[in-house]
Amino acid sequence: MAMSARSSLPRTVAVHVALITYTLIALFPVFVIVINSMKSRKAIFREPLALPGPGTFDLVGFQTVLSQGNFPLYFGNSLIVTVASLAIVLVFGAMAAFALSEYRWRGNLLMGLYLAIGIMIPIRLGTVAILKGMAAVGLTNTLTSLVLVYSAQGLPLAIFILSEFMRTVSDDLKNAGRIDGLSEYRIFFTLVVPLIRPAMATVAVFTMIPIWNDLWFPLILAPSEATKTVTLGAQTFIGQYVTNWNAVLASLSLAILPVLVLYLVFSRQLIRGITSGAVK
Amino acid sequence: MSERKPFRWHIPIFLAPAVIIYTAVMIIPLFATLDLSLYTTGDDGIHFVGLDNFRTLFGDPRWAKTFWNAFWNNVWFFLINMAVQNPIGIGLAALLSLPGLRFAALYRSAIFVPTILSFVIVGFVWKLILSPIWGIAPGMLTAIGMRHLFEPWLGQETTALITVSLISVWQFIGIPMMLIYAALLSIPEEVIEAAEVDGITGMAQFWRIKLPLILPSIGIISILTFVGNFNAFDLIYVTQGALAGPDFSTDILGTFMYRTFFGFQLQLGDPNMGATIATVMFAIILIGVCLYLFGIQRRMRRYQF
Repeated sequence: MAMSARSSLPRTVAVHVALITYTLIALFPVFVIVINSMKSRKAIFREPLALPGPGTFDLVGFQTVLSQGNFPLYFGNSLIVTVASLAIVLVFGAMAAFALSEYRWRGNLLMGLYLAIGIMIPIRLGTVAILKGMAAVGLTNTLTSLVLVYSAQGLPLAIFILSEFMRTVSDDLKNAGRIDGLSEYRIFFTLVVPLIRPAMATVAVFTMIPIWNDLWFPLILAPSEATKTVTLGAQTFIGQYVTNWNAVLASLSLAILPVLVLYLVFSRQLIRGITSGAVK
Repeated sequence: MSERKPFRWHIPIFLAPAVIIYTAVMIIPLFATLDLSLYTTGDDGIHFVGLDNFRTLFGDPRWAKTFWNAFWNNVWFFLINMAVQNPIGIGLAALLSLPGLRFAALYRSAIFVPTILSFVIVGFVWKLILSPIWGIAPGMLTAIGMRHLFEPWLGQETTALITVSLISVWQFIGIPMMLIYAALLSIPEEVIEAAEVDGITGMAQFWRIKLPLILPSIGIISILTFVGNFNAFDLIYVTQGALAGPDFSTDILGTFMYRTFFGFQLQLGDPNMGATIATVMFAIILIGVCLYLFGIQRRMRRYQF
């Protein structure tokens, strides 16, 4: 990587070779799963790296998954939990961030520090007591318990990022609203929220990925068949069908798909949010 | 807002929902867990035992052996992540932020893909690739004539921990890459131009100009890696199972806590010992975070542009 001038040809080539190499390393495993999920059992074993062709194309794995596993149910559970937690984190997080960044009041700094504890200390360490508490109020094996835990887990970072952002919203605008007689609630919901939408999208992506992918809390708080999330469902399915490679690979492909789509939809927003200073 | 005004009700109303959920589901259980570690549950109910659980954890040879094994494995897990993931992440970010690079968005999105995948997928696909039976890895090594290098890396005590750590690196490299990339982009053009006028370009420019400017971001990455690694559980659970095999060689604090709390095979679950391990993890993470906040971050110079 000898770099002298800003754009010499060998240097550009070297940079691209390095990046392509790493891109291949990053995508190779995903590629392996997806191509093999669409092949017949024999073809999976004989030539794991070959693309599915006329003789080897077979969707038997997907058929097994859709008939044996409860994947539509798991998928619905994951969707409900993720969307509900996300809504709570974004709305309540933005409201709290507004209270912290907009007004000066006694205890402001202390409240900020109190909320910041949650950024550094992982909520998992409270699992033992969370399970006891959820059992005491009869919330074990409910999606509500997961939504509550994920909301609590997502709120601290959301409040931190959003309040940094709200400090950049111009005071003139808010004061103009106040002179026009808008209530503080109207100012927040109609003036401030639309302006911080990019930051909220960034927070949404950061909050969503760990919730969708979490295995720990579904395993502990809601392992019943009716409340399994996709991640836990795929894990149990793999355990039961270890030898049915078609089905396992198909279930993994199905688990990859939704996050991948969400990521592609949000990735531009994510990068814009990060580079504009939301996470620094 | 200087003169005395009526109580501003909107402030507590804005704060209440978030603070209530956060306090009820996170803070109270965290402290309740610390408290649980001071009790023991017997046939005749719950007793306060003070620090006895900690004495058992560190004093009883069987407990102590498992704990220290998990602790040192966890330290290795963290060190491998730090030493491999962050330098590669920084390197990728440095390449991606080169001015005028084509396809930068494409590379960036692709390299971030493993980070969005769930542990279940990551664990299983690497088990498949590295499996001696299905053998994509052995097959590929055969193709380049290096079949003799293949070993069942996940199944051997000597290599399992390193292999799992490298899988974790593969999965999370997107995070340092993105954060450093953002930091590099926020370096003002004038600083870079001034360096170029002084004849500092290419690698020298990276080492002497950009790297010092992104040190605060590197600090944040390090502490994120630390907290994440000492709280890890999922990857080990999906690749090696709750027993963190072979022979506990990949056991870390998260899997140890899980087994203790829920029980495994013949051992019954013990919430109080589980809480004790969680308390020790809490202390480790707290010490790490404080060392970072008071030891490193305060000494770091921040540049305002």
